[in-house]
Amino acid sequence: MTLLSNKRLSSIAELDAQRKELLSSRAPSTKSVYVCTGPGCAAKGSPKLYELFREAVSQANVDVEIRAKAVGCHGLCEYGPIVIIEPGDIFYQRVEEPDVAEIFRETVLGGRLVDRLLYEHPATGEKLDTVDKIPFYQVQQRVALAYNGLIDPTEITDYITEGGYSALAKVLSSMTAEEVVSEVEAAGLRGRGGGGFPTARKWRSCREAEGSPKYVICNGDEGDPGAFMDRAIMEGNPHSVIEGMLIGAYAIGSSDGYIYVRNEYPLSVERLKLAIEQAKELGLIGENILGSSFSFDIRINRGGGAFVCGESTALMASLEGRPGEPRAKYVHTVESGLWEKPTNLNNVETWTNVPAIINRGGEWFAGIGTEKSKGTKVFSLVGKVVNTGLVEVPMGITLRQIIDEIGGGIPDGKRFKAVQTGGPSGGCIPAEHLDARVDFDELTKLGSMMGSGGMIVMDEDTCMVRVAKYFTDFLQKESCGKCTPCREGLAQMLYILDRITDGEGQVGDVERLEGLAELMEGTALCALGKTAANPVISTIRYFRDEYDAHIKEKHCPAKECRGLFRYEIDADACKSCGICLQNCPAEAITGEKKVPYVIDQEKCTLCGTCWEKCPFAAVLKV
Amino acid sequence: MAQDDKIIEQIVDRYDADVGMLIPMMQDLQAECGYLPLEQLHSLAKQLSLPLSRLYAVATFYASFHLAPKGAHEVTLCVGTVCYLKGAPKISEAISREFHVETGGTTRDRLFTFQAVNCVGACAVAPVMIVDGKYYNGVTPASALEVLYGLGKNETSVEKDGET
Ligand SMILES: Cc1cc2nc3c(=O)[nH]c(=O)nc-3n(C[C@H](O)[C@H](O)[C@H](O)COP(=O)(O)O)c2cc1C
Ligand code: FES
Repeated sequence: MTLLSNKRLSSIAELDAQRKELLSSRAPSTKSVYVCTGPGCAAKGSPKLYELFREAVSQANVDVEIRAKAVGCHGLCEYGPIVIIEPGDIFYQRVEEPDVAEIFRETVLGGRLVDRLLYEHPATGEKLDTVDKIPFYQVQQRVALAYNGLIDPTEITDYITEGGYSALAKVLSSMTAEEVVSEVEAAGLRGRGGGGFPTARKWRSCREAEGSPKYVICNGDEGDPGAFMDRAIMEGNPHSVIEGMLIGAYAIGSSDGYIYVRNEYPLSVERLKLAIEQAKELGLIGENILGSSFSFDIRINRGGGAFVCGESTALMASLEGRPGEPRAKYVHTVESGLWEKPTNLNNVETWTNVPAIINRGGEWFAGIGTEKSKGTKVFSLVGKVVNTGLVEVPMGITLRQIIDEIGGGIPDGKRFKAVQTGGPSGGCIPAEHLDARVDFDELTKLGSMMGSGGMIVMDEDTCMVRVAKYFTDFLQKESCGKCTPCREGLAQMLYILDRITDGEGQVGDVERLEGLAELMEGTALCALGKTAANPVISTIRYFRDEYDAHIKEKHCPAKECRGLFRYEIDADACKSCGICLQNCPAEAITGEKKVPYVIDQEKCTLCGTCWEKCPFAAVLKV
Repeated sequence: MAQDDKIIEQIVDRYDADVGMLIPMMQDLQAECGYLPLEQLHSLAKQLSLPLSRLYAVATFYASFHLAPKGAHEVTLCVGTVCYLKGAPKISEAISREFHVETGGTTRDRLFTFQAVNCVGACAVAPVMIVDGKYYNGVTPASALEVLYGLGKNETSVEKDGET
């Protein structure tokens, strides 16, 4: 399928010709099998499915062209591995190795559906055969993820066929640097890495800053746990990130780029490396790109497993080969960043949006979203929600739409309790604010933030004090230790939270936490410390009663904190089977046939074994 | 010894002795040796004309660097938010209890090094454990232990090779 003779493209006309050739070489009757090999599906073994489909294709003795493609994340990870068949946009879910032969025979060759593998509408039970009928996809709007799931990320030709690098061509042939910045400004694009800083303003400052060389960096550190949007983009459509960087570099006047990728993402590094190599071969990266006077090179650096390195100044320290400690930002990095030169840093998703904006115009982009938050945002919707996965929605959609309509609500008939956004610097938003609109300013008003796009749903079984403790513990371990408020403040907060969840909380602890929070916000060196108390403050704000129950009544309402609830046997549900008695390591359970068993609270060590083992759910937490 | 020096030379050459690429160099060294042996750090420091303390600062700041040899297998448990909510702490406890190993440590018989990381980007199928690069999704304490017990088998002498 690869037509390119690895020939350097020395002009825009050659790029266009190449694309035309690629398009015309694909017969209209071509059948395609798209196997999702995104993070979720891959963890469930989809690469093997892809191999099997390829084998099937090579052995099929038919005169139509069939191609099997390994593509990036398709979104509905919960139902993975996902396989899509074209023509027809047929969506198969939870595909396993033995299903491959049947799909190939029935659907690819025979044009018939394999009913068993179709997605079932959760409410009506109706089998839905195509992607656009599935509620999960209906509310979504894809810009950043537009080609994820359609192109093979290891083939630059796929990207080019879909119009890739045409935005770069447009910029090089017909736009001045200032025009590019103005277009991005008209789009109203704001940074997707957390802060929501206007991208065009950053570019312009960097362009106007004194000094050379200038550096352009892509932040692929994706440190927020629970977030994998950037991973899905880097692995599913790496060329869109590269094209975005090329356009940004052109606008800023830079010829040196870096991509900083999180250490835990080896596949992202591999995909980006390959993409850069392929782009270099075609002359899309390097000297005199497409015959213009613009030159640009990109290097990839891997992180070392430190959360703080996602912060701009720490990231630059890391790129200089030093420990990733942030510095105070009274001098902006656009003036003095990497090696004390003007440096422009943007997030992966921010870069990915750039080619689309250039191709379709800033006005089009600005037509999506709310007044101050334009475009779409990718979220990783995870936790206690039915349809976990990757979603892209227009800004301004409500949290409820994301969680209920796209996410399908909470599993196991449980009640929704909170949704955590913004990563460790974010906050928890309770049910009463589910109708809030998702945009930068709205989420900040609620005491959380947009962050990079992690959206973690929690149900009634989640103890909010523990959630606060989890994030405090996380940040305490990740604090670089350079400034005292963050290093010591977090340790003190953790100490207090520990004692609250151990049942040793003291009246006044909540106020102590609030005092520390205020102190850290006002005095910490970098944004990590300044926002570190957000999880604690937002849970106090919305779930103060849970803190009070722990402290005053020594009771954990979610029944998660050991020692702050009891186990009891429900006499009505108990079938006297004796399984709990056999498994109790403390010999705390007594009972005999036909009589409900009882737990001796004096002897019970609260290990929870009986609760796990009871086949009739007769052991209760009270 | 001579061969050891050669490794460092190759790595330094790969990055044109650019001090800014110190972290990638150390990552390559670790990929080569499985950890960062002190002797090699010495010669790397010398080649780059940096004080050893500078390398040590980097090695101890970043969680992914190891100053001691690792086990034959690499077991990584995600304890990111989603995995945490879906039961990762119980899995971690079970592994620590069964194999007498703390997170960050290596089992006595060098069978595996047990690491906890904050999110591997497969949150949709949490909890996630990675063993020698293979992902396991929807892990439970029981299924995790089963995988790890499997490591001990089919292996005649585990102590011998320290490489992963
Ligand atoms: C502690 C901390 C961690 C951060 N981690 C990330 C990250 O992992 N990825 C990211 O893109 N931005 C991260 N940021 C935000 C960056 O500092 C920076 O604002 C962003 O990458 C700029 O790109 P944008 O304008 O395109 O959003 C982090 C900030 C802080 C304070
Ligand atoms: S939290 Fe475990 S994979 Fe993301």
